[in-house]
Amino acid sequence: MDKPFAVTLDVGSSLANRTGSWRVERPVYIDRMPPCNDACPAGENVQSWLYHAEEGAYEAAWRALVAENPLPAVCGRICYHPCETACNRAHVDEAVGIHGVERFLGDLARSSGWSVEVESPPSGKRVLVVGSGPSGLSAAYHLALLGHSVTIVEASPELGGMMRYGIPKYRLPRDVLDAEIAAIRALGVGVETGRRIDDVAAAQRDGGYDAVFLALGAQLARRAYIPAADSAHILDALSFLASAGGAEPARVGRRVIVYGGGDTAMDSARTARRLGATEAVVVYRRTRDQMPAHASEVEEALAEGIQMTWLSTLARVEDGAVVIEKMVLDEHGFPQPTGEYETLGADTVVLALGQEADLSAVEHLAGVATREGMLEVAPDMTTGSPGVFAGGDMVPAERTATVAIGHGKKAARSIDAWLRGEEVVRPPRHELASFDKLNTWYYDDAPRTVQHELEVVRRQTGFEEVVAGLDRERALFEARRCLSCGNCFECDNCFGVCPDNAVVKLGSGERYAFDYDYCKGCGICVSECPCGAIVMVPETI
Amino acid sequence: MTHDPVRFYQVGSFAAGNRLLDQGQRTEQSRRGRSNSLTSGHRACQGCGEALGARYALDAAMRATDGRLVAANATGCLEVFSTPYPETSWQIPWLHSLFGNAPAVATGMAAALEVKGRTDVRVVAQAGDGGTVDIGFGCLSGMFERNDDVLFICYDNEAYMNTGVQRSGATPPAARTATTEAVGPEPGNEFGQGKDLPRIAIAHGIPYVATATVAELHDLERKVERAMSIRGARYLHVLVPCPLGWASASSDTIRLARLACESGLFPLFEAENGEVVDVTKIRRQVPVEDYLKLQGRYRHLFGDPGRPDLVRQIQKVADRNIERFGLVATGAEQEVR
Ligand SMILES: Cc1cc2nc3c(=O)[nH]c(=O)nc-3n(C[C@H](O)[C@H](O)[C@H](O)COP(=O)(O)OP(=O)(O)OC[C@H]3O[C@@H](n4cnc5c(N)ncnc54)[C@H](O)[C@@H]3O)c2cc1C
Ligand SMILES: Cc1ncc(C[n+]2csc(CCOP(=O)(O)OP(=O)(O)O)c2C)c(N)n1
Ligand code: SF4
Ligand code: SF4
Ligand code: SF4
Ligand code: SF4
Ligand SMILES: [Mg+2]
Repeated sequence: MDKPFAVTLDVGSSLANRTGSWRVERPVYIDRMPPCNDACPAGENVQSWLYHAEEGAYEAAWRALVAENPLPAVCGRICYHPCETACNRAHVDEAVGIHGVERFLGDLARSSGWSVEVESPPSGKRVLVVGSGPSGLSAAYHLALLGHSVTIVEASPELGGMMRYGIPKYRLPRDVLDAEIAAIRALGVGVETGRRIDDVAAAQRDGGYDAVFLALGAQLARRAYIPAADSAHILDALSFLASAGGAEPARVGRRVIVYGGGDTAMDSARTARRLGATEAVVVYRRTRDQMPAHASEVEEALAEGIQMTWLSTLARVEDGAVVIEKMVLDEHGFPQPTGEYETLGADTVVLALGQEADLSAVEHLAGVATREGMLEVAPDMTTGSPGVFAGGDMVPAERTATVAIGHGKKAARSIDAWLRGEEVVRPPRHELASFDKLNTWYYDDAPRTVQHELEVVRRQTGFEEVVAGLDRERALFEARRCLSCGNCFECDNCFGVCPDNAVVKLGSGERYAFDYDYCKGCGICVSECPCGAIVMVPETI
Repeated sequence: MTHDPVRFYQVGSFAAGNRLLDQGQRTEQSRRGRSNSLTSGHRACQGCGEALGARYALDAAMRATDGRLVAANATGCLEVFSTPYPETSWQIPWLHSLFGNAPAVATGMAAALEVKGRTDVRVVAQAGDGGTVDIGFGCLSGMFERNDDVLFICYDNEAYMNTGVQRSGATPPAARTATTEAVGPEPGNEFGQGKDLPRIAIAHGIPYVATATVAELHDLERKVERAMSIRGARYLHVLVPCPLGWASASSDTIRLARLACESGLFPLFEAENGEVVDVTKIRRQVPVEDYLKLQGRYRHLFGDPGRPDLVRQIQKVADRNIERFGLVATGAEQEVR
């Protein structure tokens, strides 16, 4: 036998020595809950679709995305992205621009013609969805995918709810909305527009529906008593914005006062600017920090030349002017009147004081409960009336499109279980992959990609989309900034750093395994896993 | 489709590998078929930096020589934990010398290979810091002077670990060992003594000298690769934390090696023919406390009252290294990054 120099067969290998017996703790691979997933109201698995996007596998990424949320191109534009607020990368440099990638994928799906198919066999059950805002659409989509026959009944002439009649076009172009709605309809979802349901119980009975999902939203503009001259031009924000989105926008004149401090107030002021107002002034009772509007909306409004008058209330509206009263904050942070007044010119006053739900359609429904003008639901979106479920703006929760989408999905799963006479089984929630679980040494420094914005002059005069999308290259870059919190991304570090070769690399996509015959339980692999996907657990002897 | 010029950002140059990287950009350690020159079943302590460093270095050398590699090994932990009779953990031809003569034995191996016309087979010699800077020093200096075709690798765990943590010429100031106890006005090892072997090696003017740690895998493999591309005497000095001797957590081995570099206490550099040619900059600078506090051998420096004066003196050592090697990137250098 030809043996290389200095090698003889007579020596035995140390492989005979099973050092695993030294161990008192063992490393175990786990998946932790990434903070982005944890924070997404629509329940997206952000980390998992970014994982595909990192490879440039955009279709797979999009499919993982729409498994949870049928409106990625919409959400990538208008969601306030709590995922990014929670993102661990913010502690390293800046949060991953999740919504930019989400939007990119949604837009790419449309231009590439990707579509989702119903794979479940028909259940033979019929579900009525009332309201076609994000919540109703999301429920309809998931119910259709689960094999149920779905009909959406919508009072307005077109589908979309506040996404169509509230949110301005410069933030959500309507062709984007139309495309994602069309994809939902393509699953065979039936639609009746222009029909208002006044009695839910009757509609269910007459239509022979097995279950109902209510997503009526909050359509009533909240009023406040403000003394006003007969000739004063006062509009509520909802009808103003709805008209602005239509063929004949309301005339506003040169000077517009918007009363309120929420996102709707910002949208109203920015819309007024685009409709020709040279001066658009937001009047709000409290301070800038206390405004309920999202900071990004306030900044974009200021950039467009919107003026803000904080700590002021509207005392009365006169012909061509408003009188405001100055406020001061008391020691509890509440605004108190000062008795000091000021007059501002105003051709139009827009009241953006919030919305309320119109619950008249459920008045005759036995068993349902209301709270503060909203319909009470359990965490699984059931109401007190069996077979009737509800979500979105009409139930107590944060009022955003993404929360509404999340409710729609949750309700669809509950409805599906109810129709089958089963319980919804939710997989146990993984422990959070908080920042302290990461070893950030291994991540490259990479500042966030900037999404370009339209120049201010064009933003002041038209309804063109303000924020541009990411191109392919930038989307890939942004996806690759993801730290993959709590989920192995196959960096080979554990395989590399084990002093005892006790990690087995299973091959691409298969991850790794521990060889407990030799693992001494030193814990280096745990310390050096960048994303916190390994834990030590005590040995039980 | 056109070529996508996206740089890889996720863990491009720091983790062992990554599914998104070209094979060529991944480390040898990330390869499933790596040689595992030192295989499982060895008797090194949990979390041994020396076991890890030896596999890193030799696997890289195996790749660089296409598997034509033989090793001489001085007495010390590496030898003892890998070869209790009749077992061996070595999957390469390997020869145990004595504690003090590994450089001379390796010289002989290289000479024999030359005589046999087998200069395609390359020689490495390896030893601990005791075997290198103390008892093996004369042999090593001779090997350097003769420019013998050997890569000598010192696995520096900063004391004689195998015999119970006695001080060596590489033990740092203030460190407690069995022979430099943490008592008296100057607890632990003395300041201003010991030997800085990488710089002594540079003074020999040999073709290649480099320092490395188990925390910088890409850097270590690149240096081994470079060393194997050169003929003549080469020296690689690898910092390998020792949980037992340093009284540190076994899970902190790599973290400690990293902190040693990031504090400036262990500079990473390369020298060719007597001149420093490259320096690895500090990426996230830390004060020496961050490094010292994780180790029981420095416990007497902390707590109440502790010895903040000695900590400051150690910081000065780090600052001196930072200045001498230019370890902190200047503004202009950062912009180039
Ligand atoms: C101006 C404005 C801007 C906003 N901007 C954002 C934003 O940027 N990001 C964000 O996340 N959220 C935003 N929101 C909030 C978001 O639009 C809502 O939270 C979301 O649309 C609620 O969804 P929903 O499905 O519950 O109700 P809606 O979207 O209000 O839809 C309810 C639908 O039900 C229909 N309906 C009601 N009653 C009946 C009935 N009896 N019979 C038949 N149909 C009926 C309505 O016509 C409507 O189409 C904004 C809201 C407004 C007003
Ligand atoms: C001539 C001689 N003196 C002393 C010893 C005992 N001895 C064996 S290993 C060792 C210390 C090794 O220290 P180092 O070289 O730093 O290697 P480590 O064990 O720390 O890796 C000593 C003193 C010996 N084997 N031969
Ligand atoms: S829907 Fe919103 S919160 Fe969810 S991932 Fe997308 S941007 Fe983030
Ligand atoms: S880094 Fe990635 S996985 Fe972690 S929170 Fe941010 S987006 Fe999610
Ligand atoms: S590094 Fe290796 S020996 Fe240490 S715990 Fe992990 S698998 Fe076990
Ligand atoms: S170290 Fe890398 S390869 Fe290992 S579990 Fe963590 S992410 Fe996965
Ligand atoms: Mg030693």
